[in-house]
This record gives sequence, C-alpha cells and structure tokens, in this order.
Amino acid sequence: MDVRSQISMVFHLDKCIGCHTCSIACKNIWTDRKGAEYMWWNNVETKPGTGYPGKWENQDIYQGGWQKNGKGIELKGAGKPKSLTNIFHNPNMPVIDDYYEPFTYKYLDLIESPPGDDQPTARPISMITGEPMDIKMGPNWDDDLSGSPDYARNDPNLANLTPAEREAMFQLERMAFFYLPRICNHCLNPACVASCPSGAIYKRGEDGIVLINQSVCRGWRMCVTACPYKKTYYNWSTGKSEKCILCFPRIESGQAPACMHSCVGRIRYLGVMLYDADGIEAVASADDADVVDRQMDMILDPFDPEVIASAKANGLADSTIAAAQASPAYKFVKVWDLALPLHPEYRTLPMLFYVPPLLPVVASVTEVDNEEQAKKMNPVGKVWPDSWLYDTTTKELFGTIDDARFPLKYMANLFSAGDTTQVSDRLKKLMAVRLHRRQITVGDLAESTVKEALADTGLTPQTADDIYYLTSLAKFDDRFVIPAAHREQAIEMMEFTGDVRGSTGFGFENDTAKRGA
Amino acid sequence: MNALNSFLFVAFPYVAVMVFIVGVAYRYRQKGFTVSSLSSQFLEGKQLFWGTIPFHFGVLVVFVGHLTAFLLPRATLAWNSIPLRLIVLEVTAFIFGLSMLIGLVALMYRRFSNARIRAVTTPMDVVLELLLLAQVVLGCWIALGFRWGSSWFAADLTPYLWSLVRLSPETAAVFALPWVIKLHIVGAFALILIVPFSRLVHFVVAPLNYIVRPYQQVMWNWDRKTIRDPNTPWSEARPRNN
Ligand code: SF4
Ligand code: SF4
Repeated sequence: MDVRSQISMVFHLDKCIGCHTCSIACKNIWTDRKGAEYMWWNNVETKPGTGYPGKWENQDIYQGGWQKNGKGIELKGAGKPKSLTNIFHNPNMPVIDDYYEPFTYKYLDLIESPPGDDQPTARPISMITGEPMDIKMGPNWDDDLSGSPDYARNDPNLANLTPAEREAMFQLERMAFFYLPRICNHCLNPACVASCPSGAIYKRGEDGIVLINQSVCRGWRMCVTACPYKKTYYNWSTGKSEKCILCFPRIESGQAPACMHSCVGRIRYLGVMLYDADGIEAVASADDADVVDRQMDMILDPFDPEVIASAKANGLADSTIAAAQASPAYKFVKVWDLALPLHPEYRTLPMLFYVPPLLPVVASVTEVDNEEQAKKMNPVGKVWPDSWLYDTTTKELFGTIDDARFPLKYMANLFSAGDTTQVSDRLKKLMAVRLHRRQITVGDLAESTVKEALADTGLTPQTADDIYYLTSLAKFDDRFVIPAAHREQAIEMMEFTGDVRGSTGFGFENDTAKRGA
Repeated sequence: MNALNSFLFVAFPYVAVMVFIVGVAYRYRQKGFTVSSLSSQFLEGKQLFWGTIPFHFGVLVVFVGHLTAFLLPRATLAWNSIPLRLIVLEVTAFIFGLSMLIGLVALMYRRFSNARIRAVTTPMDVVLELLLLAQVVLGCWIALGFRWGSSWFAADLTPYLWSLVRLSPETAAVFALPWVIKLHIVGAFALILIVPFSRLVHFVVAPLNYIVRPYQQVMWNWDRKTIRDPNTPWSEARPRNN
C-alpha cells in the first residue's frame, strides 16, 4: 500500500445557481493577463450544452484522455510516439476560435470623441490584434440556453440517447437544465503530465495538486490536446501552457481556493482524501463498467489503523491524517456514496467529485387548472395563459426517478461512463434525505413512506440528518478542512531562510519571455 | 581583403561559438521562463501546417547531412566514390533543401499576412527569417552551381572546421572559395551566433528525455521515507522525486 494524500473538491450541483462568481474570482486573481485573457481555469457550463471550448467532451474532435489498448491504456491524441512526431504541428490541437477570441471595448472613444450629431459608441476590439472585430463567441455563450439548436442539441452527451428521449428534454414546456462548474480535476492519472515532452508538468506528492513548471515548459502544447477536460491552456503571448493551480499559494497559507471561497451557492467542499497509489495503473485500465467503482475503492478509510500506519510510513503528517478523518469530501464521496467523478471514462482518475443534481431529474411539469389563481393576479399576469406547474412536491416522485424529466442516461453519460444505476443510487439517497426532512419540517408525509425510502437506500435517520446538515447548514469550517501545508516548513527546515529572502512572494523572479527572443 | 577574410573565417566563428555556448547556458539556467518554441499554432493552425512541416523536416535532414560531412568526412567520400550513390545523396539533400525553402516562404507569407500572427511577431523574428531565407537560397544555389557539395565539403571544409576546433586555423582552402560559398559559411556562423537571442534556442531543448522517462511524474518536497523519523527529520537528504 502506497498511501498518498489528495486535496479534493466536491461540487453539490443541486446548489449551484450558475452565477459565475467563481469564474470571476479566479479570473481576477490568476488570468487577467496578456495571453491569458481567454483562459477560464474555472468555468461554469449550462448542461445540456456544448460548453467551453465548444463540444470539449467530444473526443473524436479533441482526442483527449486515455483509451484502452488491449490490457493497458494509451493516450488518445498524444503520448510518446505521437507527441514526438507531431511536435512541429499538432493535428489534434484546438485553436483559439474553439474557445473564443478575447475582446474588449474602446471605452476611451466614449470620452474622447469630438462633439457631433451622434452618440459615440465603444466598438469591440480584439485583445490579440487590437483591431475592431465582430464578437462571435464568448466563454459562456450557451448560458441558460437549454433547448437551443446551436448549443443544447449539440451536447456530446446526447450521443446515445434515442431521438424521443432527446425531444422530451427539449420540449419548451418541459425544458430543464443545470449548471456544471469545472476546474482542473487534479487527476491521479493525469493525461497532461503524461503527454508533456519536456517533463514540465508534475503532481505534487503532498497534496496531489498538478502544476506546470513555467521555467521548464517549452510550449510543445501536447497537454492542451491530452487533457480531456481541456483544462490546460496555451498562453499565446508567453509561449507557455498554464492551468488551474488549485490556488496552491492560498491553500499553503490556509485559505480556501478563490473559486470555493467566493462561491455564492456554497456548493463546494474541500478536504483531504487518502488513496492507494499502487492501484493507479490497474484502475485506469479497468473496463468502462468498473472504472467508477474501482476508483472509489482506491480511496482509503482514514480511520483504518492499517491505513494510518502506512500513511505514517509514507511520511504523511499527523495533521494530514486528522484532516482526512474530518474531510467533507471523504464523507460525500465514500461514507455516503453521494458523489461521482466527471467523465470517468477518460481514465485520468479525476479527483474532483460531483453530487448529481436531483431537481432537473425529478421535478415534473403537470397541467393544472390555474383559473382561480389567475383571477387573483393583476391584469398583466392574467394574459399569461399558463396552466403548467413546475411541480417539486415529493410524494410520488420517489418511484418515478427512472422516468424523470432528464433521462438518467444523460446524467450517466456525464458522471458514470453510462452506468445509470450509479446515478440513480445516488439520486435515490438524495431523495430519501428530502423525504425524511420533509416529514420532520412539514409533516405531510406518512411515516411509513419515509421509513421505506430510508431503508431502500440504506440510510439511517441519523445519517440522513448528517447529510442534510452538511448540505444545507454547514458553516465554512465544515466545508473547508485542510491540514497545514507543511511545504512552507519543509523549505524553512531544509534551507537557511536568509538564502531565499526576496525570492518568494508575488512577481516574477525572472524576466518574462519576449516574443522572438 | 586578407584582414576581412581572417576576421570572417577565424575571428567570427570563434566569437559566434563562444557567444552560443555562454548565451545558451545562461539563458537555460537563469532564464528558463524565456526558453520556449513560441509556437503560434494556437492562433492559426491550417496555414502553419504547410509551412512548418516542410520547413522542419527539411532542416532536420539538411542539418544531419552537414553534420555527417563534418563528423565523418572519410565515410562521406567513400560513399560518394560510386557516382550513383553520389547522385542519390545530392538529389535527396537538394529535395529537402527545397522543402525548407518552400516551408520558409509559406511561413513568412503567413507571418506577414495574418493579423494575429503579426501581433506576436518581434523584430528578431523577422531578422531570423530573413537570415534563414538567405541561407537556404544560398544553399540551394551552391547545390546546383558548385557540384558536388557533399564531396568538396568533406574534402575542403571539414579540415578547415576541424582546424578551428584544434585552435590552429588553416584557412587557405576557405579563402580561395567562391564568394557564394563564403557567404553561406558566414551565414551559418551568424545563425549560431543569434541562437541565444532568438527563438532558435528551442532546438537546444528538443525533448529527447521524453522517450525514456516514465509517463507520470510525482514530486515531493521532502524525502517522505525519512521525514517522520525523529533522527532524520528535515535532514540534509534531498527528496528523491518519482
Ligand atoms: S483535469 Fe486535465 S489538466 Fe487537470 S490534472 Fe487532469 S488531465 Fe491534467
Ligand atoms: S460561484 Fe458557486 S453557485 Fe455560483 S456558479 Fe460558481 S459554483 Fe455555482
């Protein structure tokens, strides 16, 4: 057993309101620079939708991730032979138009135009060339556009749904969508690391954060192809690739990552998970059907004395083990079995997990007689001939998860390599917690219904309350549990701090690259 | 005239190679952040293909060709002793030279016609491309007009180059060469000279290590086997990465 620790995030998708605050917090800190304007290390997508970059999940186009090759696995669009032969021109590399051309407006024209008959306007200009341009695309232009022909209907996850199932999703009256915030998954079997010809990308042993060494990156851009989540980005100005760093300078100083800290819906949980690194290769090569379960099996029980002993032998600090025991991520992922990785079939073993959203699946629309209601409304309201009710009452829904508004198949394509039982197991649990709490707070459900629901999903009332607490009431300190980084101590202990005075903190130690030089 | 010749074929090569070695070492060690291929494929990918592929494969073959004549002059001459083999060698080299030329012209056209690529072009890029263009044109001209280059390179130029290496320059043969070839030689040393100051530096960091390294890389900031041992915590021991 080779026990390592990983800082891992859980996203509770039912709570995400799609406000993009996380994206903006990240952008303000890290990517508000020349060459990085188009990068969104954190972005939020509307699902169903095509996402950013457009149709990133379609690996026939982008060739990202690993694929099975007999018993083992190989990188789909990169790897030793391909990275070296394609080094002069990488045929699988996305270009900036797959993301969007970054733009700004000529605001000064508003102030400096001479007096005239017309209002001055601020024309959009390209942030690459500085020339006026027509804006055709932005990072979240499919926002809230479920049902639209350009975006939602081109979602790669619809591939194996029947036409009838698809139509059902997109009928105007039944339309539903949810939000999917995405950052780098800090994978256990990262395709980006494996594809880098210079060896510039590495995973930190202590906390599992995947980083690109900017002084070693040579701009061969294979990681951009290899990451199936398209979470490494090429900086067109410095000629180096960049990616989400899980705000490691913040984590090392005990602060939450900016996306998490700013999250309005409080959907994010951050904690340590211990895992067995010996299994990485075998799990990554497992069959599609097993890959989720086997990844879950790699995650170790931090209370198991044997695990603790090997963790200590491997140099993990006591504070790390304690953090793993109190980890909200471990609870959601392992103890309660509520969260799933995004697209496990890419075989990078992503270490960020998602609690699948219940609402778009179970809520239904029913036709009701709204006449009485309409009479009470003011005249403007009356012309709205709406007899549809967005129904979230929970009485009968427990039985109907399988014929829900959102085909389970769609969720399964996102979170469990197509295995619908993985998703429905988790949704049923979420539902049982709801029924249990409804019985306590509203009291309009029969006790037997609730008992049955809990028994069905193997939850006790106590666990259901715990889930409810961590979902709805948890304070920041419950959602964010990480150990002291120890990394800063390592540097202090191994080196004389006087030697490194002035060499840490903000700013570049070296000059930045000049194009051509 | 002699002074100029001595400068171009004795002093200049030494200066160029010294600047190359010191400059590349300094830039690699101290300014790693500036060492990049500076690829612009992300801004424009389709046109690039028709430039970069013929250019780079041309460069590879032509470079290896020159290197062989320099390192293995006897073998080269022996190979050329049979006319058919000589023709095969010369024609191959010339085709790849042409491929370089075509690629370079396509790249330059792309650089000047595409607004996005213009936005990431520096004066050094232009200097470099013009120098390369001159060098390739001269090279093709020499291949056509002064046959057979592979043989007289091995017979005349290789001794001169090795004499430079041995620090006792023998320049009589070079001084007597036609000016086209002289220019080509000076151009070659000029290219070596500007490597540390231009994007050319990326050829020095060709990622050959990738072939042998394991796919995954994990790094510890400490030696995790000893850190919890009370006798050795935070010791001098450096982490063994991977
Ligand atoms: S999500 Fe992509 S960039 Fe992040 S670790 Fe995985 S493969 Fe690498
Ligand atoms: S800040 Fe939170 S709630 Fe808002 S979009 Fe981001 S993840 Fe969702």
